[in-house]
This record gives sequence, C-alpha cells and structure tokens, in this order.
Amino acid sequence: MKVLVLVKQVPDTATQVKVGSDPRAIATTGITWIVSPYDEFAVEEALRIREKRGTGEVVAVSGGPERVKEALRSCLAMGADRAVHVLDPALEGADTLTTARVLAAVIQQEAPQLVLTGRQAIDDDTGAVGAQVAELLGWPCLSWIMEEAIAEDGATVRAGRQVEGALELFDLPLPCVLTAQKGLNEPRYPTLKGIMGAKKKEIKELGPGDLGVNVDGPQLELVRLEALPPRPPGRIIPGEPKEAVRELVRVLREEAKAI
Amino acid sequence: MGKPSDLALALESLRRALREQVVPLLPHMDETQEFPDSVRGLLTELGLLTLVVPEAHGGLGSSLTDLCRVIEELARWDASIAVFVQAHATALRPLLLAGSPEQRRAFFGPVVEQGRLFAFALTEPHAGSDAAAIAARAEPAGDDCVLSGRKRFVTNGGIADYYLAFARTGPGRKGLTAFVVPARSPGLSVGKRENKMGLRASPTTDLFLEGVRIPAAHRIGAEGQGFALLTATLTASRPTIAAQAVGLAQGALDTAVRYAMEREQFGQPIGSFQGIRFMLAEMATAVEAARALLYRAAACHDEGVPSPALSAMAKLFASDTAMRVTTDAVQILGGYGYLKDYPVERFMRDAKVTQIFEGTNQIMRLVIAKDLLGRSRE
Ligand SMILES: Cc1cc2nc3c(=O)[nH]c(=O)nc-3n(C[C@H](O)[C@H](O)[C@H](O)COP(=O)(O)OP(=O)(O)OC[C@H]3O[C@@H](n4cnc5c(N)ncnc54)[C@H](O)[C@@H]3O)c2cc1C
Ligand SMILES: Cc1cc2nc3c(=O)[nH]c(=O)nc-3n(C[C@H](O)[C@H](O)[C@H](O)COP(=O)(O)OP(=O)(O)OC[C@H]3O[C@@H](n4cnc5c(N)ncnc54)[C@H](O)[C@@H]3O)c2cc1C
Repeated sequence: MKVLVLVKQVPDTATQVKVGSDPRAIATTGITWIVSPYDEFAVEEALRIREKRGTGEVVAVSGGPERVKEALRSCLAMGADRAVHVLDPALEGADTLTTARVLAAVIQQEAPQLVLTGRQAIDDDTGAVGAQVAELLGWPCLSWIMEEAIAEDGATVRAGRQVEGALELFDLPLPCVLTAQKGLNEPRYPTLKGIMGAKKKEIKELGPGDLGVNVDGPQLELVRLEALPPRPPGRIIPGEPKEAVRELVRVLREEAKAI
Repeated sequence: MGKPSDLALALESLRRALREQVVPLLPHMDETQEFPDSVRGLLTELGLLTLVVPEAHGGLGSSLTDLCRVIEELARWDASIAVFVQAHATALRPLLLAGSPEQRRAFFGPVVEQGRLFAFALTEPHAGSDAAAIAARAEPAGDDCVLSGRKRFVTNGGIADYYLAFARTGPGRKGLTAFVVPARSPGLSVGKRENKMGLRASPTTDLFLEGVRIPAAHRIGAEGQGFALLTATLTASRPTIAAQAVGLAQGALDTAVRYAMEREQFGQPIGSFQGIRFMLAEMATAVEAARALLYRAAACHDEGVPSPALSAMAKLFASDTAMRVTTDAVQILGGYGYLKDYPVERFMRDAKVTQIFEGTNQIMRLVIAKDLLGRSRE
C-alpha cells in the first residue's frame, strides 16, 4: 500500500516569534526549523502501516523553499522511502487553498491509497489543508484521528477520533485523507543509521511547470500580523496564607469579575 | 559520518531524544548510581553503539572526529551516558586496528544486530599508570586460552557483553596480548559497583577472571603485540575523553550563562557585573581552545597520521579546562550551584575523572615530553 504523508516545516516550538520587517511575516533569522509535530504523528503512522502490512511505500511530500528539504530528510531518516519537494515561489505566502491545490496535484500524480497529515501545522494553525485536499480530490476525510486500522483487503479503514467522553469510530473507503491528532502514536526518533541511509534516498523536486496547477494568487489575503500588547505583569498577594486567600478571592470577584 | 549536514541532523535527533527521555532521569541516576535499561535501550536504538563499526559490517563507519562530536553532545547533558558510548568505542578500537576479517564479523555482528556492549579491561590493582605491569595471565591450552587475573575500574562492568582484556603471555612489554572475553564465560565474574564521586550512573566494577577458557581465535593481533595495540588504542581514545571533557564543560557553561542573565542581586542581573562577565568570557575561551585542540588531534588521526602527543595534549588541556570551568560554573551559581537542584555540581564531580582515566594528566605530560625529548632515563 502506498501512503503519502503531507508534512510542513515550521519553526521550533521553543521559538520566540517576532513580527518581521515585512509585517505580513515573522522574522525568520535564527529560527530552528522542524517537522510540524502533528505531521510527525502522520509519518509515524504511515511507517507503522507499512511495517504492519509488511510491504508498501511511504512518500513524504512538502512544499516550500530550499530549507524544506531538511524536513523531508528528517522524514526519510525516520524511515519514509522517498520524498517529493514542491519548490515553487508561488507557494511563498500562499493561502491554504493554493497549497491544497498544489498538494492535490502531487497526490494525483502519485496516486496513493491513503493520505495522512497532521490535524494542523503548529505555525499558522489553520487546520484547513487536509480537509481542502480531500475536497479537491473528492475523497472522504476524517480529521483528528486517534487510531486507525486498515482492513486486510486494503479497501477500507476504520478510524477513531476522540469526542467529549467517547471515541467515535468510522469506516471509510480508501483512498481517503486522515489527519492525525496527538495520541495517535509515539513518533520514533530518527536513528543515526536512518540518517545515514536517508542520504541515499530520493528527494524528487517539482518546479512550477511540473504540476499543471494554475496559481492565481491567494484568495485569502493576509493583511498584517500585529504583535499582541504585552501581558500585564502578574501580581503577588503578600501576607499570611489565610489573609492572602481572602484577598485573592476578593480580587477575583470584585476586580477581575472571574467568580 | 558523511557530510556535516548529516551529522547536524544526527546531533539534533540525539539532542531531542536525550531532552525528552533521559534528562529527566539524570538526577535519579546520579543519586542511585543506576544506569536504567531504558537509557541503554534508547542509546542503542539510536545507533550509538555502531558508530565506529565499519559500514561493511552494518555500522556507521564514523571518523574519530564524528565520534568525538557525538560524545561531546552526549556529555553536554551527562558524562555518564557519554562514557557508556565512549568506553564501548575504545574497547572496539583494537578490533578495528588488528582484528582479522573473521573476528570483525564475529564481534561487530552482535554489536550491530543485537546491541551488544563492549568494555575495556586494562587496569589492575598493581597496574594503573604503569600499564605494562599487568599481572593477569593468558596460558595456551590446546586450541583454547585460559585467562586468570583481576581487573579494576572496568567501565560498563557487569552490563557489558564482551570484555576486551589485556593479559600477559610473556615477560615485559613484549609479553602483553589482547583478548575478547565473552561476559558469560565460566569463571568470569564482576565485583560490586564502585561508589564514586562522579560519573555515578556509569557502572565501574572489578572483573575477576578465574581460569576463564576462551578460544585462541579470540586473541586480537599477534601474541605480544598487546602493548603496541594499547598505545595505538589510547592515541585514538584520548581525544574521545577530551570530547567528554569539552562537552561537560560546555554544559556547565551554558547553565552558568543562563543563570547569570536571570539572577538579580544589587538590583541587576549578576551577568552585568564585570567580575562575572570576565569569568564567563574566560570560560568560553578555554572551552573553545580545548575544542580546537581536540578536533585537531582527531583530524590527524582521521588523516592517517595519529599523534600520541597531540592526543595527550588534547586530553590534558580539555580535562584541566573542564575542571576549572565546572568549578567556576558552580561559583557563578553561588549557593545554588552547590545544591543538586542545578546540574553544575554534578558536572564538577564528573569533570574530575577526565583528569584521571585513560592515563592521568601526569602520564599525559610524560607522553608529550617523550615526544619532545625522547624517553626519560629516570
Ligand atoms: C571512573 C573510572 C573509570 C575507569 N574506567 C576504566 C576502564 O574502563 N578500563 C580500565 O582499564 N581502566 C579504567 N579506569 C582506571 C584508570 O585508567 C586508572 O585509574 C588510571 O590509569 C590511573 O591508575 P591508578 O588509579 O592505579 O593510579 P596510579 O597509577 O596509582 O597513580 C596515582 C598517582 O600517581 C601519579 N603517577 C603515577 N605514575 C607517575 C609517574 N611516572 N610520574 C608522575 N606521576 C605518576 C598519577 O598521575 C596519579 O596522580 C577507570 C578509572 C575510573 C576512576
Ligand atoms: C552549604 C551552605 C550553607 C549555608 N549556610 C548559610 C547560613 O547558615 N546562613 C545564611 O544566612 N546563609 C547561608 N548560606 C548562604 C550563602 O551565604 C550564600 O549562598 C552566599 O552568600 C551567596 O549568595 P547566593 O547564593 O544568593 O549567590 P548570589 O549572591 O546570587 O551570587 C551569585 C554569583 O554572583 C556573584 N556576585 C554577586 N554580586 C556580585 C557583584 N556585585 N560583583 C561581582 N560578582 C557578584 C557571586 O560572587 C556569585 O558568584 C549557605 C550556603 C550554602 C551553600
């Protein structure tokens, strides 16, 4: 079974985000780039599917500038068989629909039985791409999955998502799109051997002309990023615990009107 | 290990795995002297035991430079986990230098496929600095060899699957020979874990060999070639001790820098006082200088011109630097540096042994002076 995983390269979770000189983007100097953690769950799940079935291929796909190859190499080091990198200037600052169109075109070329991706990328948190890709392909989509099991004949998948107090189980026909929620699995660390082996694996580069997608500018236009006003400093209520708690309750009730 | 970008990716992956899985356990490991199976499992799974195993045998075939980079990274977090990998790599070195194709297959295979661990058993009760004085004996018995003697201070003792042991097959320096002894051999036993000042999570034990019978095919190199093999092994290994020293010094420095920016006294961060700034500047300079010397020694090895003197200089300078920098890091943290709440006191305790093992720093000076002046007649 061929499983395709859509991954996005995002700033490390520890990054102190600052608005850049172009107010529509963040300052990228000094940022460490990583594979978006939810996408890592997707990669891990794809690898487990291949291991469980004993055969198959895992293809990692990402769009973006040259540095995105590092994210793809990290997927290859985890165990993906090969990677596709869409290197198209039109993807810079693209909206999610444009990104989804490009990715859907790659999926059409690759024709996998299953597409996995994270429930959202942790940088802009739109959570839209997985669903939009499925819509463009006319495939079913189940988002935020916590578990999945592909039927032995490879025709359907049973997947579960957590809802308030219960696990909702669905059967979907393949091909389909599943988006991964935290808890789906524990992603493996790329081993040194995997990292060395990744050197020999292919990263196919696709340019603007290779996909036949007309990118006619974003439909969602980002106006600007505004830095949040600095959080007012916390306040320490001094005194004996008994009095301090009384004062805290008073402040919460009368000033913050929280209780 | 290939292009620098591969190594960077490897170190990044390593850093992340350590941060998530090992760092939270370190205070407990230090307190109890335990080396948890989960930590061994993780380090093995990441491939760290296969670093020096040639690619032809399924290993990573790392250069000494890359081995040192990995050990430095490990030691930035904890010296005990660094020495787990370091001692194993040192014990494999004689196989790399003198192992026959059959021996390489027989011993590298289990390392790569089953995560088998090696330990290096040279030191004895009456042979520390004077390694040529070892008394453990190896006597031929048909197609076998019978080993008897007592080894001291064996890193990875009790958890290793194989011991690379030196024993006497004749008189004098020319009478030393190296052997691979499987841990499960009848007659082999290990002593209790030593209770140590530092490197506490790393097991250090005695090794007792009481009529241990091993196939003669476990002899590495020719009979009597042991001392030459030892010298070459230590020349390759001392830079890895230097890497351990540089890594732990860097770890202490990183903590001190962060602390100096946060801790306020006299109404300002202590990092704004010249007394602290100059200390940190000197610490950083010393660490960089030690690092430069260590990678120069490693590069000479990788270019096929290993230098005993350079390796000794790297270990001498890096370990003295580690001792000074970790002591200063404790000083910068003031009373808090003296508590186990911060890792700097552990780095300081761990630093000390880098001035002692694989040849004390007095012995490093002997090696360097011999290179300059020839053998002493003292
Ligand atoms: C934590 C730890 C782990 C170790 N791991 C291993 C291991 O895995 N395998 C192994 O084989 N060994 C190991 N060792 C042993 C280590 O290599 C020895 O402790 C070291 O070589 C010193 O030997 P010694 O302790 O007998 O000291 P000694 O040789 O007795 O030295 C005592 C002092 O005398 C000085 N001295 C000795 N000779 C001279 C001289 N000619 N001129 C000037 N000064 C001199 C020394 O520098 C030292 O200061 C380990 C030791 C420790 C502490
Ligand atoms: C085991 C132990 C027992 C103790 N017992 C007692 C006790 O019985 N009673 C008690 O009251 N206290 C006690 N102390 C506290 C001890 O006196 C303080 O730890 C010490 O005065 C340093 O203060 P600090 O730890 O807050 O460090 P800090 O004052 O935060 O200093 C941190 C670092 O900054 C440096 N620094 C600070 N200001 C400057 C400056 N202006 N210029 C240059 N460098 C500067 C310091 O020298 C130090 O290196 C004890 C501490 C320990 C560790």
